[in-house]
Amino acid sequence: MTNSLISLTITEALKGLKDKKFSATELVSAHIKQVEACDHLNAFITKTPELALKQAAESDARIAKGEMRVLEGIPIAMKDLYCTKAVTTTAASQILKNFVPTYESTVSQKLLDAGTISVGKANLDEFAMGGSNTNSSFGPVENPWKSSTHPDKKLVSGGSSGGSAAAVAAGMVMASTGTDTGGSTRQPGSFCGIVGVKPTYGRCSRWGIIAFASSLDQAGIFARNVEDSALLLQTISGFDPKDSTSAQMEVPDFTGLLKQDIKGLRVGIPKEYRVDGMPAEITAVWDKGIQLLKEAGATIIDISLPHTKYAVPTYYIIAPSEASSNLARYDGVRYGLRVDGKDLQETYDLTRAAGFGKEVKRRIMIGTYCLSSGYYDAYYTKAQKVRRLIANDFRSAFETCDVILTPTAPSSAFAIGENDDDPIKMYLGDVFTIPASLAGLPGISVPGGLDNQGLPLGLQIIGKAWDEVTMFKTAYALEQAVGFKDVSPLMKRGAA
Amino acid sequence: MAALIQGKTGDWEIVIGLEVHAQIIAHSKLFSGSSCEFGGAPNNHVSLVDAAMPGMLPVLNEYCVEQAVRTGLGLNSQINLHSVFERKNYFYPDLPQGYQISQFLHPIVGKGVIEIDLPNGETKQIGVTRLHMEQDAGKSIHDQHPTKSYVDLNRSGCALMEIVSEPDLRGADEACAYVTKLRMILRYLGTCDGNLEEGSMRADVNVSVRKLGAPYGTRCEIKNVNSIKAIQMAIDYEATRQVEIIEAGGTIKQETRLWDNVKGETRSMRSKEEAHDYRYFPDPDLLPLVITQEYVDAIKATLPELPDQKKHRFMSTFGLSAYDSSVLIAERARADYYEAVAKGHDAKLAANWVINELLGALNKDSKSLDETPVTAEQLGGLIALISDNTISGKIAKDVFAEMMATGKDAAAIVEEKGLKQVTDSGAIEKIVDEVIAENPDNVAAYRGGKDKLFGFFVGQVMKKSAGKANPDMVNDLLKQKLG
Repeated sequence: MTNSLISLTITEALKGLKDKKFSATELVSAHIKQVEACDHLNAFITKTPELALKQAAESDARIAKGEMRVLEGIPIAMKDLYCTKAVTTTAASQILKNFVPTYESTVSQKLLDAGTISVGKANLDEFAMGGSNTNSSFGPVENPWKSSTHPDKKLVSGGSSGGSAAAVAAGMVMASTGTDTGGSTRQPGSFCGIVGVKPTYGRCSRWGIIAFASSLDQAGIFARNVEDSALLLQTISGFDPKDSTSAQMEVPDFTGLLKQDIKGLRVGIPKEYRVDGMPAEITAVWDKGIQLLKEAGATIIDISLPHTKYAVPTYYIIAPSEASSNLARYDGVRYGLRVDGKDLQETYDLTRAAGFGKEVKRRIMIGTYCLSSGYYDAYYTKAQKVRRLIANDFRSAFETCDVILTPTAPSSAFAIGENDDDPIKMYLGDVFTIPASLAGLPGISVPGGLDNQGLPLGLQIIGKAWDEVTMFKTAYALEQAVGFKDVSPLMKRGAA
Repeated sequence: MAALIQGKTGDWEIVIGLEVHAQIIAHSKLFSGSSCEFGGAPNNHVSLVDAAMPGMLPVLNEYCVEQAVRTGLGLNSQINLHSVFERKNYFYPDLPQGYQISQFLHPIVGKGVIEIDLPNGETKQIGVTRLHMEQDAGKSIHDQHPTKSYVDLNRSGCALMEIVSEPDLRGADEACAYVTKLRMILRYLGTCDGNLEEGSMRADVNVSVRKLGAPYGTRCEIKNVNSIKAIQMAIDYEATRQVEIIEAGGTIKQETRLWDNVKGETRSMRSKEEAHDYRYFPDPDLLPLVITQEYVDAIKATLPELPDQKKHRFMSTFGLSAYDSSVLIAERARADYYEAVAKGHDAKLAANWVINELLGALNKDSKSLDETPVTAEQLGGLIALISDNTISGKIAKDVFAEMMATGKDAAAIVEEKGLKQVTDSGAIEKIVDEVIAENPDNVAAYRGGKDKLFGFFVGQVMKKSAGKANPDMVNDLLKQKLG
């Protein structure tokens, strides 16, 4: 469509670099230019163009010597939840606004080692708590897409990894990292018309990723196509002795196995995901996806995941409970914001009151309540039992199917500020992504089409635990069949 | 044995349960690679994990697990193959994570029992409720600045074992005997150095009182008891305080109290109502700890002989008294030393020499056993000389004093100083004859019925022989000659 460097796929870019059609410096510069052009989206909390250009020069030196690494010179964005050595890491919170880690997270280190070049730290909902990226203390991220019916409205990018998704969708970077606790890569992927993937819990190391809910948090990837996302996920996967919950499992060749035929593949369609009040266009996109996979040779199986309706309430007990404890370390004593009070207790109170935003406080309160003596069994213990039932639902379903196809989210991107006063409505935006998170399963969102406002809608493919290969294979087949060629207007303009 | 308090309304029984925190001997902390050595400049043994930096994760130190299992086996306890680390949540500046990783509902070690030795020589079985692993906190220092407190995180994250007893202890003597025995077992196992003063072992004491046969009373938990003596004093004070309150018509409030070593009293720290709600829940950063029976068995196979086993063996194999055996097994090094002395020699004699002479002399010089100038082999050599009549017991004491002073072998000293016992009957007879000839009055008196004078003649003979004459032969010859 265009020759601009920002619209290349990663595979194309790597080939171009190898063939010396352009340099890493040129590639990175083109993206940095787009970062500046899209500044109003507020996709980044910290931009690191000088660092990126320095790395690009190093990449060019390597390419010249024939020492090109697997993702040499590829410009990416790093969600500002990953601790990056000597680069400010905020979690989008005032409590960490000046925090500069002395260490590099395992995932970001792997990406550095593979040759990627980060142009900055991407905006997110504070401590990854949210589905709109309007909970960032550095301001909301604006979606690069516009509604055709209300072009004046600024739309949310989705969350919590909204900056990462917007950066990829606007052509500011070729891929980015996200994290996914209840849908934080899949849902923004859907809202921004790109691919968002979360692997099996334990596939990637959580070391150096600022914790939200430890039993659910997992690294994720955004890219503009399935193959690129597989390439990056390949790079960041693998056991890490520094994370006891990362698994000692072989990492299969995701990219090599991507383009296999899906003939005979059994695709499960859960009846419980046909929720009341779901917009007809989402049902239509889902039905079209089912039809396309069928035409590609898959067998469609009706399945039931009976405990689906309990997933959101279960998640909103477990995740805040863990968060209330995980965020206790931000006390103003050793690092981060401190507001001095007359005594220790007041220092704690003032520091945390000033440092945390509204949604973070809400979740700390919910979590503290759920873990309290006298309420623990009714909330936390009960939630853990339901979580097991939800995992069992999937286990039973996977006896009759290989992957599950659902919509990614019950809506397309909404206007910034629209659901801000209704946390329950906001929480329900994760209704299709949360069940797989609770079960620790891999999931990917692939663009399925546009709604009648011209906004992207994603389809989610959920795989069996540790079977990202089948998930990717299905996603690739779906992507080919859908033939989604639309890009955000900003990307189009930048590439022109 | 149970110490009763005589109140105005009758006798009261003291009921005690102990929670002992024992720092595990290991090179690194429970969930990080930093050193847990005592001392060191403040905040020198602190990793990113210990300081709870964002995104840091705990990784369990396998050696600490081994040490906990070893301890559990040493306490004759049930080892749980499945245990769970939980978070105990509370805010304090010396607790960087805002929670302590501990074990709560599913500890690694369950019920067990240890035998304590009471001052009157009796023994008593005390139940162990559980043992679990947990992180230690750092140290807050409040007295170095008028308005600020300092925090030292060196200790933050070091591995502790919390060992909880059943409320089986009745009185301060039993509580002290329990702590003493527990410390001995831990030291034998090499799992804790048991140093109460340095804080590598700390005890919280739960005290209640009741009339004999009545149900348990309301208990108070006493913290900050840092020595065996403090345990003794704190229990006596607290039990008396409780009896006085009840007899005055009051009731005991369940609370945590602090022992003040200077004032010699306990005072209220916080009531049950003020107690923290710790919001325990399984730590999602750590998988449940699963070990196999084979793993436990392999550790069991490496256990040393424990104090009670050793004590009973010393009694049955060496014919020692319960008291002597208890003294000898009090430290593993002492027991080893004794066994080396006794090897090939008279075991009872060896016990007497180790307990009365060696330990006495070391104690007088304020030395510990590992500083002894006399090796076990050397002491064994001395005992051999006594047993084969080369020297008498009395001369042996002089030889021993010389050994302590110079570190020389007993045989060399005896040789050098010509202390060899005279067993030549002719030579002894000559001295006996001389003594009889020099003391005609006493001879007459003795023969006239003053039997007590026999000792005088023995003394004279020994004096003339410079102590070297064989006492048995002297006796025989004197009896014979004095008629």
